[in-house]
Amino acid sequence: MTGFTTASRSLPDMITAPTVSNPSKVAAGETGPYLRTFEHLVMEGALEHPAWALGLRRAAIARFARQGLPTPRHEDWRYTSLAPLAKLPFKPILHLDPRGLDEAALRALGVPDFGGSRLVFVDGVLAPGFSRIVPEAGVTLSGLADRLAGDGVLIRKHLGQLAPVERENPLLALNTAFFRDGAYLHVAAGKQAPLVQLIFVASGAEAGLTSSPRNLLHFERGAQAVVIEHHVSLGGEPVLTNAACEVIVEEGAHVEQVKVQDEHPAAFHVGALEARVERGATHLYHSLALGARLSRTNIHSVFAGERVECVLNGLYLVDGERLADHHMVVEHARPHCASHEYFNAILAGKARGVFHGRILVRPGAQKTDAKQTNKNLLLSGDAQADTRPQLEIYADDVKCTHGATIGQLNDDAIYYLRSRGIGHAQARRMLVHAFAGEILDRIRAACVREHLNDVVWRRLEASF
Amino acid sequence: MSEPILEIRNLHASVEERPILRGLHLVLYPGEVHAIMGPNGSGKSTLAAVLAGREGYDVTAGEVLYRGEDLLELAPEERARAGVFLAFQYPIEIPGVNSAYFLRAAVNEIRKHRGQPELDAVEFLTLVKEKLKVLDIPESFLKRPVNEGFSGGEKKRNEIFQMALLEPALAILDETDSGLDIDALRVVAGGVNKLKRPDNAQLVITHYQRLLDHIVPDHVHVLAEGRIVRSGGRELALELEEKGYDWIHDGVPQPA
Repeated sequence: MTGFTTASRSLPDMITAPTVSNPSKVAAGETGPYLRTFEHLVMEGALEHPAWALGLRRAAIARFARQGLPTPRHEDWRYTSLAPLAKLPFKPILHLDPRGLDEAALRALGVPDFGGSRLVFVDGVLAPGFSRIVPEAGVTLSGLADRLAGDGVLIRKHLGQLAPVERENPLLALNTAFFRDGAYLHVAAGKQAPLVQLIFVASGAEAGLTSSPRNLLHFERGAQAVVIEHHVSLGGEPVLTNAACEVIVEEGAHVEQVKVQDEHPAAFHVGALEARVERGATHLYHSLALGARLSRTNIHSVFAGERVECVLNGLYLVDGERLADHHMVVEHARPHCASHEYFNAILAGKARGVFHGRILVRPGAQKTDAKQTNKNLLLSGDAQADTRPQLEIYADDVKCTHGATIGQLNDDAIYYLRSRGIGHAQARRMLVHAFAGEILDRIRAACVREHLNDVVWRRLEASF
Repeated sequence: MSEPILEIRNLHASVEERPILRGLHLVLYPGEVHAIMGPNGSGKSTLAAVLAGREGYDVTAGEVLYRGEDLLELAPEERARAGVFLAFQYPIEIPGVNSAYFLRAAVNEIRKHRGQPELDAVEFLTLVKEKLKVLDIPESFLKRPVNEGFSGGEKKRNEIFQMALLEPALAILDETDSGLDIDALRVVAGGVNKLKRPDNAQLVITHYQRLLDHIVPDHVHVLAEGRIVRSGGRELALELEEKGYDWIHDGVPQPA
């Protein structure tokens, strides 16, 4: 896509001081409903899933109470206001209610069946009737709640470790306080898991319903896996999905994760990914933000060993008055690691796209190769992109680059296509689709890539 | 004689309020090849752009009839569907848009307009392979994004290949020879010649006569300061080659 202005700088002039964030104190009234609900559920014994987790939950709610729901005064939330969410009642979901979901309804939501294992969750709680687990030696897949009820030792070791409550992410703390279920996947050393689908259906049945799915994915040394996570909606009431995912990618493992957030345009979606990637491992994470009135994805990836290869690859496709926000921290804690971030935003109507990418290179993480690109395509004069690359480098032999562009469709290219008989709207869509294709083409699992290609094209035909 | 394919009457056109074409007349009949020659700035590319419907060109007077209909009121895609084709002087690179996909979309738009059924992927491939041979283009080309990373010669060859595929009634070739070495020129010109039929017409716009060694025109027109100042047969091109464009100016009445 030509017509963009590119800002790209390279070392050494890009060494910047860490930003000191100054979270504002939120009035007690704003955290009150959350705290009262928490205490009420504790009294009912509803949060003892399992009992040992109650301490973790208490620490989390205390953390949340100190910070409150973030406001734009909070440095990390400068461009994304949760004010409309704060107005909703808070109704956490702790039990399965299938809300009339059936196979036909599930198909109508446009979630394909790739034929491997799949877990279906309704409002964050596993619906076993829709789930299918293809047995495979060395691969354990189940609902997290089932796992917690059974042998919790391994879980106890890991749950909340990658996403500690100290993390300055109030919504992650809220998830820890209220999660009921989620996916648990463990792939033993050297094993290959067949494609796993995690399908999260938000019922959208009642304003303020809040689901808090919590995933724990553990890939041992040399394991290989592809995991695709779908987020869709049944109904159109304003509800919140507040998801969290902890991922451990051990030495030499190869993991590709795809998250497709395609919820109802009235829904709120917040998701956190906390990843620890060890020596020589490859972690590919693709995040598509297509739906929701407001979506925010927090990604935090720590490279805990040398020669890690990490790709964070994202696409936003938003119109109307919707907002999509990706906020990430990539932490190069060890030398010789490579991280590439590519985020393309397609913004129509009065949509807003927010990108905040922070690359943190710790002392001693020499030979770091970090690259970050955020491209924004504005399809209307009222759309808005906020992009904020941030480099924080404490090593002196590294290669770090970042570039952000904001532009419109290339008129010459549209004219060229029209001069061959292709209509104006179709020509525009072809160019927008190509821009999305830059991101989609990086998805290595072919069936997933082709499916998402179709999804994006149909979406462009329908609303762009 | 049959109906003209193209009739340009007293065409005046401006770019950013600067007059470029100042009263141009031209008539093309089926089966004819016309060459328009002229120095830089004479309005050659403006003529091509106005005929193809590019934005930013204002027609201030005159009319253009294509098969008897007003061409200027059609959108660029409607002109293409009706059978007007422009081979671009500078073809546009379109990263991310696969050539096969683009070409099939174009062919099917034109087929729809003609009331023909659309081609599916297999039928399209059969057609496209046949046309690739005409221009000596490898099949791997179909997988590449439109014009992206193409050399100058490849881009021009691609234009003529598209022309072969879309089978226009009126083809306008805008400086198709520019940037081509002699071998590429021969291939491109050979392709154009093969596409000549009794029911179509070609308008070849060029600065140099060398293209006309390969594409032999029935008529040659000299464009200067926005109007045609000389018309003749092929020998006019040779005369221009010999004497340059300066002698043309001597006989041109300067516009007011």
